[in-house]
Amino acid sequence: MSVPGSWYLILAATLFGVGAFGLLVRRNILIMFMCLELMLNAVNLTLVTYSRMLNDIAGQVSVFFVLVVAAAEVVVGLGLIVSIFRGKRQVTADDLHILRG
Amino acid sequence: MMYLFATVLNGSPIKFPQISYVSILPEIILIGVAATIMLLVALIGRTRATYGYTGLGVAAALISGVWSYHLNQSVTSHGARSVIGGALAVDGFSTFFMILTSLGLIVTLLVAEAYLYKVAARGPEFVALTLLSASGAMLMESAYDLLVLFIGLEILSISLYVMVAFTTSRKLSKESAFKYFILGGFASALFLYGLALTYGATGSTNLAKIALFLSNNTLTSNGVLLAGMVLILAGLGFKVALVPFQFWTPDVYQGAPTTVTGYMSGVVKAAGFAALLRVFFVAFETLRADWQPVLLVVSVLTLLVGAVLAVVQKDVKRTLAYSSINHAGFILLGLYVATAASIGDSLYYLFAYTVMSSGTFAVISMIAHLEDRTEMSLSLTDLKGLSSKYPKVALSLAILLLAQAGAPFTIGFLAKFSVLSAVIQAHHYALGVLAMLSVVIAAVLYLRITLSMYSPVVEKRDVSDEELVQAVSLGAVAVEVEEETQVKVKSKIPLPAGIAVFIALAITIGLALDANPLVHFAAQATLLK
Repeated sequence: MSVPGSWYLILAATLFGVGAFGLLVRRNILIMFMCLELMLNAVNLTLVTYSRMLNDIAGQVSVFFVLVVAAAEVVVGLGLIVSIFRGKRQVTADDLHILRG
Repeated sequence: MMYLFATVLNGSPIKFPQISYVSILPEIILIGVAATIMLLVALIGRTRATYGYTGLGVAAALISGVWSYHLNQSVTSHGARSVIGGALAVDGFSTFFMILTSLGLIVTLLVAEAYLYKVAARGPEFVALTLLSASGAMLMESAYDLLVLFIGLEILSISLYVMVAFTTSRKLSKESAFKYFILGGFASALFLYGLALTYGATGSTNLAKIALFLSNNTLTSNGVLLAGMVLILAGLGFKVALVPFQFWTPDVYQGAPTTVTGYMSGVVKAAGFAALLRVFFVAFETLRADWQPVLLVVSVLTLLVGAVLAVVQKDVKRTLAYSSINHAGFILLGLYVATAASIGDSLYYLFAYTVMSSGTFAVISMIAHLEDRTEMSLSLTDLKGLSSKYPKVALSLAILLLAQAGAPFTIGFLAKFSVLSAVIQAHHYALGVLAMLSVVIAAVLYLRITLSMYSPVVEKRDVSDEELVQAVSLGAVAVEVEEETQVKVKSKIPLPAGIAVFIALAITIGLALDANPLVHFAAQATLLK
């Protein structure tokens, strides 16, 4: 029994949607960060699925690039979070409210 | 995958694309010098003076700019080509943008030297990060494959996240860095999903192959492709601050160190527009009927929102953030009426905008330096009396602001004129009127900043009669003393920043007096098909 490719695509789209929704709605910064990663991984799943469906290696190669970029983003992002919230108990986006207008 | 294994098992060599190092030399120089700077820091140790590192950075930017010009000349004589297995394009378009990027880079580095010293965050790392970020911008500008474009975008952005947060002691800087990071990451993810969907629909990420596929096949249901296209537009629209995706701009522009703000509004925007242009005019050219209406709505909204919201701001950097949104609308308007052969007007505007905006932010960071302001924000009232204290600085800012408003005898006027005449020639009269209206609204904000610079400081002083009599009798002496104290308060204009502002001013006025070279240069910047 084989699972059709479109199922994977729908799963990936759902994951991407969940990630995007979470990023815009959640206030905890670490969760927002996780949502960002979820979005990137949903893209990876899409790329692999298409690669399989098209019988083309380029999609799988792209995944490696995306993984590396995501890792680099994590490094910078966590560095930023640590430097902003050093000495605070909670990390919520509501603390960031100086800039507005 | 099976194919890969088969080649390994058979012993037949895996084919690698020929790498043309000559074509990627500008990027290699920037990355190499950035690495060298970090190595030198490790070997020599941190020193207080960073003149050497800045000099190294400026030299790298200069060399890569000169090499880009050389590439530009070779394109004119030998024709455009795609290199490294079709991943990068060397054409008039990419070299045009690479020259522009190195120009913006030089201005940024020169200004950063003095400004960052003042906000106590001076370090050679800043120079290295700026060089890396600019190399990403150059990669974006010459990318001929969506994946390479994405990598360029990320090299540009990730360095930039750190640059925005560079003045670590300030809350504003950190907050704006975090906002930029989260929304920038969101934009990258959108772009990437667009890339994946486009790949799924067309079977390739190479722009030429996508174009070939789309011209040979008519898709019966192109929902996936259209979704991919919209996501790519959204992702890049974030970077260049088009209207539904502009909300981060004022916050980030205000909170970031002013030097970085100048870099963002100049180099980053140019790179974003370069990518947008190339993707839509090369890969999706056949789907023009689908994306052109979207472009129209976005450009009109961007024009109006940028102009209207700019007028009600009180902070100078916030005002300029909205004005940069207004400029983005203009560039997009030029693209809306353009065909692939006539993108020259928009490119001219982009060049003018990048120079003017980098110059304006250079002057503003100079003011922050002179006034000894460690705060990131600079309100309109802070500028009062600037003209009497620093007449040269005030005059340069006034010229650059008026150029942005579109005053005659500057490239700002010619840029606006060329885009508007293109709009009128395409018989979009209502659109032309709308654009002119937004120019008028935007002019208010530039004039407001200029007026507040030239208005005197209102200081309340309780002067008793006795003191008045004394003052009159001591008249001449008092004036002298006052002058002396004023000289003491005045700090000197840092030389590198002065050079940077001079470059911007020279281009703003010089290229307006003789418009032909730049018009010719922009017209030559054609896309590789």
